[in-house]
Amino acid sequence: MSLHRLSLYDLHEKFTSGEVTATEIVRAYGLRIGQVESKVKAYITQAKDAAVAQAGALDASLKGWRKTSPMMGMPLAIKDNICTEGMLTTCASHMLGNFVPPYDATVIAKLRAQGYLLLGKTNLDEFAMGSSTENSAVGPSRNPWNLQCVPGGSSGGSAAAVAADECAAALGSDTGGSIRQPAAFCGVVGLKPTYGRVSRYGLIAFASSLDQIGPITKDVKDAAFLLGAIAGHDPLDSTSADVPVPDYLKALKKKDLKKLKVGVPVEFFAEGLDPEVEQAVRAAIQELKALGGEIKEIQLPRTDAAVAIYYVIATAEASSNLARYDGVKFGLRAKETKDLLELYMKTRQEGFGPEVKRRIMLGTYVLSAGYYDAYYGKAQAVRTLIRQDFEAAFQEVDLIVTPVTPTPAFKFGAKGDNPLQMYLSDIFTISANLAGVPAISLPCGFSQEGLPIGLQLIGRPFEEETLLRAAYAYEQSTQWRAKKPMIR
Amino acid sequence: MDMTKQDVEKVAKLARLALTDIEKAAFTKQLSQILTHVETLKQYDTTGVEPTATVLGQVNVFRPDIVKPSLPIDRAVVNAPESADGFFVVPKIIEDRQPN
Repeated sequence: MSLHRLSLYDLHEKFTSGEVTATEIVRAYGLRIGQVESKVKAYITQAKDAAVAQAGALDASLKGWRKTSPMMGMPLAIKDNICTEGMLTTCASHMLGNFVPPYDATVIAKLRAQGYLLLGKTNLDEFAMGSSTENSAVGPSRNPWNLQCVPGGSSGGSAAAVAADECAAALGSDTGGSIRQPAAFCGVVGLKPTYGRVSRYGLIAFASSLDQIGPITKDVKDAAFLLGAIAGHDPLDSTSADVPVPDYLKALKKKDLKKLKVGVPVEFFAEGLDPEVEQAVRAAIQELKALGGEIKEIQLPRTDAAVAIYYVIATAEASSNLARYDGVKFGLRAKETKDLLELYMKTRQEGFGPEVKRRIMLGTYVLSAGYYDAYYGKAQAVRTLIRQDFEAAFQEVDLIVTPVTPTPAFKFGAKGDNPLQMYLSDIFTISANLAGVPAISLPCGFSQEGLPIGLQLIGRPFEEETLLRAAYAYEQSTQWRAKKPMIR
Repeated sequence: MDMTKQDVEKVAKLARLALTDIEKAAFTKQLSQILTHVETLKQYDTTGVEPTATVLGQVNVFRPDIVKPSLPIDRAVVNAPESADGFFVVPKIIEDRQPN
């Protein structure tokens, strides 16, 4: 079997046993990227030469003696909003088109310490704002299952790279679904950890009360494996939680859902849900039952409010976070400006794309004098109600099962110039960010057109193990992961 | 909620964002649509409900006040559009005094 088809964990075992070298791994992925990248366009920056050099040094240092770290020799792709020292980190924005971070994000420092191989930086919607990668300043990535369709977003490049076997696994970030939605569209696994589970030091900030870094992988075991390698408290991120990191792979041993109560929220099966998606998710719920889960109908009555809350809170935080792009400390600076005010105004006009501007405008408005209480204060209060809904639900059940998206991947341009339509398609993923709870997306079928459909499991804070256990049991009892896209 | 062009101009100035006339027209329409959707939040009674600023329940995170290594100045300014002697260079802020 070609190395690029192996799962991350299987590749790790082959590397640890000495069956393959890092150089062979990087060569295999280099070939694969060469075959399909011109069609998929998953990467913004490729690190081919650096990866080859890294692999060579790694092999030389090992010399047949193998005492490996989990990610040693593992070829990963990193979303281009996560800082990598010495390698371009653009956020898919003209604003940061030439930004080479002078430091590593904590997740990168952890992977580097373990000896991972960085294959490159993946495409995203500019500053992670979007659901399709159509907002990328360098153009969109394509869905490996159908090149006419979007890969989802904002971590669309990472999900497409994993689906196309252009990396063994990838990191993404999720503010309102940006890991789970592209994972669903591309037929791979995406895990948004609990808020605070993974350090965000060096993740270029979008909405700080919502952002979280997580793995996008070929299967559930890989998600458990990669999460274990990046999770944990970090003194450099005061919002990272000082909670011990369990051995997530151990959580996979049970292979059933016995004694687990699984909630099905009625609000997630309302109008607007594509019949094919509903059918696939309902069949998956039957499978969870067959695996021993006790299925229970529940209510999350304030679900309808999620999109409105999100687009107030996320944009408010973004307008504040993106104030740093002023043409002074790093990034773009507009030319020929007469004073400092004009320097700010023109730099931001030239550097930001339409969606980023729209969100800065909306966020500035809802925070402005006279509107703060009516919009921002109100959204924060209704956010509390959403959290209470989840708290009540988790009194009754151990995990919640829902669709990830209302429809399978849509075609480029399908949402046109109506931003509200695009926002409303995030309805099923946003709640988990608002409540700060972990959620995983995994394949549960295909549409008649051959596009993947995703299943979402949502868990209690810091109970990623329960999510992974249930997801793994489901994955092992089905065959969805065996199907690979024909990229043409 | 209907936003006017004047509202958009005011917000753009607060956000330090220069906009073209086409952008102003588009944002006037789009932001009005989005805010109309946001106003559906009014139907939820939030009397006495504490707002959520963070889900972690943290108040303050303290650490010992100890000097640790930080990014050297030459690397901190390496991405600056313009720098000199370890400083960021910006256009002149204080205007020349006018002769009386």
